[in-house]
Amino acid sequence: MTLSLATAAAGAVGVALNGYVLLGGADFGGGVWDALASGPRRDAQRALIGRAIGPIWEANHVWLIIAVVLLFTCFPPAFALVGTALHVPLSIALIGIVLRGSSFTFRSYDTHSAADERWSRVFAVASVVTPLLLGVSAGAIASERVAPPAPGASFASAYLAPWLTPFSLAVGVFVLTLFAFLAAVYLTVEAEYDSALQEDFRRRALGSAVLVFVVALVTLMLGQRAVPRLRTELLSSSEALALHAATAVTAITAIWALIGRRYRLARLAAAAQVTLILWGWLLAQYPYVIPPTLTVTDAASPPATLRAVIVALVAGALLLFPALAYLFGIFKADPASPRPQDDRR
Amino acid sequence: MLAARSQMAMSLAFHIIFAVVGIGMPMLMVLAERRWHTTGDGVYRDLAKQWAKGTAILFAVGAVSGTVLSFELGLLWPGFMRYAGSIIGMPFSLEGFAFFTEAIFLGVYLYGWERVPRSAHLAAGVIVAVSGAASGLFVVSANAWMNAPTGFRLVNGQPVDVNPIRAMMSPATVPEVLHMIIAAYAATGLAVAGVHAAMLLRRHESHFHRAALGVALLVGAPAAALQPLSGDICGEYIARWQPAKLAAAEGDFHTQNGAPLRLGGIPDISRQETRYAIEIPYGLSLLAFRDPHARVQGLDAFPADRWPPVTIVHVAFQSMIVLGMYMAVVALWALWHVFRRREPADNRALLWALCIAAPMGFAAIEAGWTVTELGRQPWIIYGIMRTAEAVTPMPGLIVPFLTFTALYCGLGVIVAVLLYRQVVRSA
Repeated sequence: MTLSLATAAAGAVGVALNGYVLLGGADFGGGVWDALASGPRRDAQRALIGRAIGPIWEANHVWLIIAVVLLFTCFPPAFALVGTALHVPLSIALIGIVLRGSSFTFRSYDTHSAADERWSRVFAVASVVTPLLLGVSAGAIASERVAPPAPGASFASAYLAPWLTPFSLAVGVFVLTLFAFLAAVYLTVEAEYDSALQEDFRRRALGSAVLVFVVALVTLMLGQRAVPRLRTELLSSSEALALHAATAVTAITAIWALIGRRYRLARLAAAAQVTLILWGWLLAQYPYVIPPTLTVTDAASPPATLRAVIVALVAGALLLFPALAYLFGIFKADPASPRPQDDRR
Repeated sequence: MLAARSQMAMSLAFHIIFAVVGIGMPMLMVLAERRWHTTGDGVYRDLAKQWAKGTAILFAVGAVSGTVLSFELGLLWPGFMRYAGSIIGMPFSLEGFAFFTEAIFLGVYLYGWERVPRSAHLAAGVIVAVSGAASGLFVVSANAWMNAPTGFRLVNGQPVDVNPIRAMMSPATVPEVLHMIIAAYAATGLAVAGVHAAMLLRRHESHFHRAALGVALLVGAPAAALQPLSGDICGEYIARWQPAKLAAAEGDFHTQNGAPLRLGGIPDISRQETRYAIEIPYGLSLLAFRDPHARVQGLDAFPADRWPPVTIVHVAFQSMIVLGMYMAVVALWALWHVFRRREPADNRALLWALCIAAPMGFAAIEAGWTVTELGRQPWIIYGIMRTAEAVTPMPGLIVPFLTFTALYCGLGVIVAVLLYRQVVRSA
């Protein structure tokens, strides 16, 4: 793999996706646990989730916008292709994004407490639907079904067939369980001030870890049939096998740390696990952005654009990462005490 | 294609309100908080907090509706993105960073009152205000490129020698950005002033609302008073670079020397004239070219298949001017009070005038964008790509259009209700 400008730009899209999955993904997972809140500490669970997401979800969401604008700036034909063939699932995901963000904010600022329940329901449904459909879209790309509509093709074959497959749906479910797992692990750290609450999320984290494993197996099995090329890429080269080994190590570490109640280690391992899964997919696809037609080089914008974007990215990162560190430092460094909430209402 | 255009127009029309508030409100909050620091008057702290709550609601809806737009570029206009993504992606990337900064520090600002030092909190607010304005600048510069594309050469219909930095410096950039940023401050400032003016009409002595009115006018009044000047700069730009848009905006069917400025009127396409308009002799030539006898191209200078929808553009343009002029006059009236060291809150007529002005900024912005966007038609990239060539081949676009319209209508109502409750509670 030579490091061309186009590859660097593709890497930047990957980094933005990585940020979105680790941070935005966990916020969606938080919504799932909000929906599944139960037991004697139901309200405490929801309050914890709200506090954990509140100050940071908008910043976390921007990773997606960065990924999208980088994609359309650096790989315009890929963006056009995805926007056409995956119009339906992406539109539904967008509706989910709109409803998730606004219902969460409305719940925080609605002065009628009776409305809480209603916003919670919208928030929960949107938090499930959005990652599901984003995962389905990713599955459609991975399964090499995203292609320009053939002239005269029916609506179903051009706009439904690319993504309405068992494999894509399995990827959607996989992404959803992965996000839920991630969120549960993060929340064990957030709940450090209350050991009962922490146990709630420890159990949820362990349960979803098992579920992630099961869904991953099903997805791989479906993938063997759906995407022969991806299978050989995923399982053949020694680099790929090393990557899988590393993913397995992080997965086992995360579960072991959860069992031993070493939550910070578990958080690190879970984040590493999800990161490796994402890069495993991206590297298996390389050199294609949209397999089997568009490679990174074919889809790339002219060098002048790529160069300007990469310069802007470096400058932006220098600005952004300290700012992000500051934000998370303020709200995440000391989760040992419940935060005052008085300012929000 | 109509459905795609309608969906894009509706999404933009919805988002622009929240985007404008995202530029204007942080400015108001920061000024209020700064006043709290300098005067020690706690009412300004309460004010900043109160405004921050409204901003949080509006910003969240702005963020998600902005995400929708970034996707819709590909969902609705894949042809445009394939062609232009490499040329105008740059400002969108920069906007991504500006927006990131805005979201990070808004988080600090909204949730950090008790967690960061006073000065750091104010600084976070300043960063939100600056990055909000920067976001606006970048996005509008992308639109400017669609109106006056630069930064590449055309060879066999394909762009080559792309220079994304030059593309951001289109001749339309400065006029459009200036007009839009000032519009954001004018609309937000006067809308907030109008809300607090309404509260003052009921509770005349309220220290809180007097303080609020003062800060809101500080932002809104100078901006509204200056806006006609930036509008004039836009007019000059359009006359030179997009004469068909100007002709449609003016309802000017015939090319002539010493063209008059038309106020009002209804264009009649079949008779090729604009009826019932008040005409100011030589006005248009003077405004557009600084020369009363200058030649101004009418619609007859262009083949009919290159005309924008004349009636809508003309009516929208006239509406924008009327609304903007009203706002400018009210703003000058308020500034006159401040200049004479009188409290604007003591003049009930002015309070009423401000109440009436409150929604006008947003209406004027919608009208202005109607002129910009419809006035560019039938082009999506002026003179280079027709909108029809850019649209997605997907059939049944009416479905997403209706879905998003229903979604946004619902959100609009909810936001309005929540804001209303916040205002009432603050009283």
